[in-house]
Amino acid sequence: MSALKVPILKVGEVLLVSIQADIDDRAVLELQQRVLEQIEQTNARSVLIDISLLEMVDSFTGRMLSDIASMASIMDAATVVVGIQPAVAITLVELGLELKGVSTALDVDDGLRILRERLKDKRRKRAVGADEHAPA
Amino acid sequence: MTSDNNPSQAVINPLTIKALTEREDAILEAWMNNRVNSSDFRETLISGEELRADSQSFLRAFIMAIANSNVEEMRGKEFNAIRRLLLEISEARAAQAFSPSETAFYVFSLKESLLPFLRDEYRDDPETLLEELNKLSKALDKLGSFIFVTTIKNRERVIRQQQQDMLELSTPVVQIWDRIICLPLIGALDSRRTQLMMERLLERIVKTRAEVAILDITGVPTVDTQVANYLIKTVTAVRLLGSTCIITGVGPSIAQTIVHLGIDLSGIITRNQLSDGIRQAFEMTRQRVVPINAADGEPSAEKGDTDERAQSSYSESW
Repeated sequence: MSALKVPILKVGEVLLVSIQADIDDRAVLELQQRVLEQIEQTNARSVLIDISLLEMVDSFTGRMLSDIASMASIMDAATVVVGIQPAVAITLVELGLELKGVSTALDVDDGLRILRERLKDKRRKRAVGADEHAPA
Repeated sequence: MTSDNNPSQAVINPLTIKALTEREDAILEAWMNNRVNSSDFRETLISGEELRADSQSFLRAFIMAIANSNVEEMRGKEFNAIRRLLLEISEARAAQAFSPSETAFYVFSLKESLLPFLRDEYRDDPETLLEELNKLSKALDKLGSFIFVTTIKNRERVIRQQQQDMLELSTPVVQIWDRIICLPLIGALDSRRTQLMMERLLERIVKTRAEVAILDITGVPTVDTQVANYLIKTVTAVRLLGSTCIITGVGPSIAQTIVHLGIDLSGIITRNQLSDGIRQAFEMTRQRVVPINAADGEPSAEKGDTDERAQSSYSESW
């Protein structure tokens, strides 16, 4: 039973997800569902997941983080996971879960900066693309 | 290890004990003469008085030890006393730069000095003389070999201590700049060291909020599959924390080994020199070092351009 729901806050264009306590598999699945719904409803461009309070991440949660990132990316939102603790990082590496394709940052501050940069990058590229098509 | 398991066989004849006790001083004298005149006596290392004092207490303890206990087993209170004494002597000798074999030979040399006194005692009974000599000789052999055992034990203790110290010493994490840290690795990497190194590095990254961690392997003699695996694991863990790892100090021989072993280091930023790594780290943290006059000349005009470049190459590394 997961009494606590993980809060999803919208700050500007970012969905801020802060996982406050160790969560079970069902809660992770539910979180995935809610994050994707929120992306659809709020038109958020990026997702920041803060797991600095997690002292343990099992293989299921690890895979779910990867999945959320891939799914969000299909929905055109960048994901960054921040605050992975050293012990958690070592466990994940030993488990062979490298979270490939997931961006990481040290803390929320850094995470937001990275998301901002990526957004800017993406927009610039799109602008260039639009220019190329314009003359036709 | 011997044929006679009969305990009575292994107990020294009271007559022998009596003879040795009575003539202790004479035996000591004979032993000292033997030592001082022998070719391997090194008076630069030990004074005659010291040798005599040691020998006297050793001889006394030896006689006490063999008086009541079984020489075959070398156990009991009496032997504990002589073992302790021998331990002290051999440690002192080791400190005076005697080799363990010299100390053992010193103990063995007592045999020769005991011989004439036993011969006097058992002049009419060669059978018993032989038996007694045999037993005394066994006891001294055991004591002699005990020296080697303790020497090796002591050395092992020292080695363990040094390994521990090295482990502590060998993983300093250096802060190079704001949010750039460096871990210079020196010496061979094994699993224990790498584990400790990884933990330290990750902790420091979190503590200093380091964006870039430079792993300098200039001082690592060889890289095998295992070491490379450790490095890859460390780099992955650092990435999970949200910072980037650069491996520097990859010389020609290590580069060759890595390729020959078929290890895939793509996706890991490697640099030849530590300085190249630091330059890369500056770029990734959107900083740069410029010569003073250049900075005076045109401070802001060129800056925007390089910043842009630095940023784009930074985002490319994602």
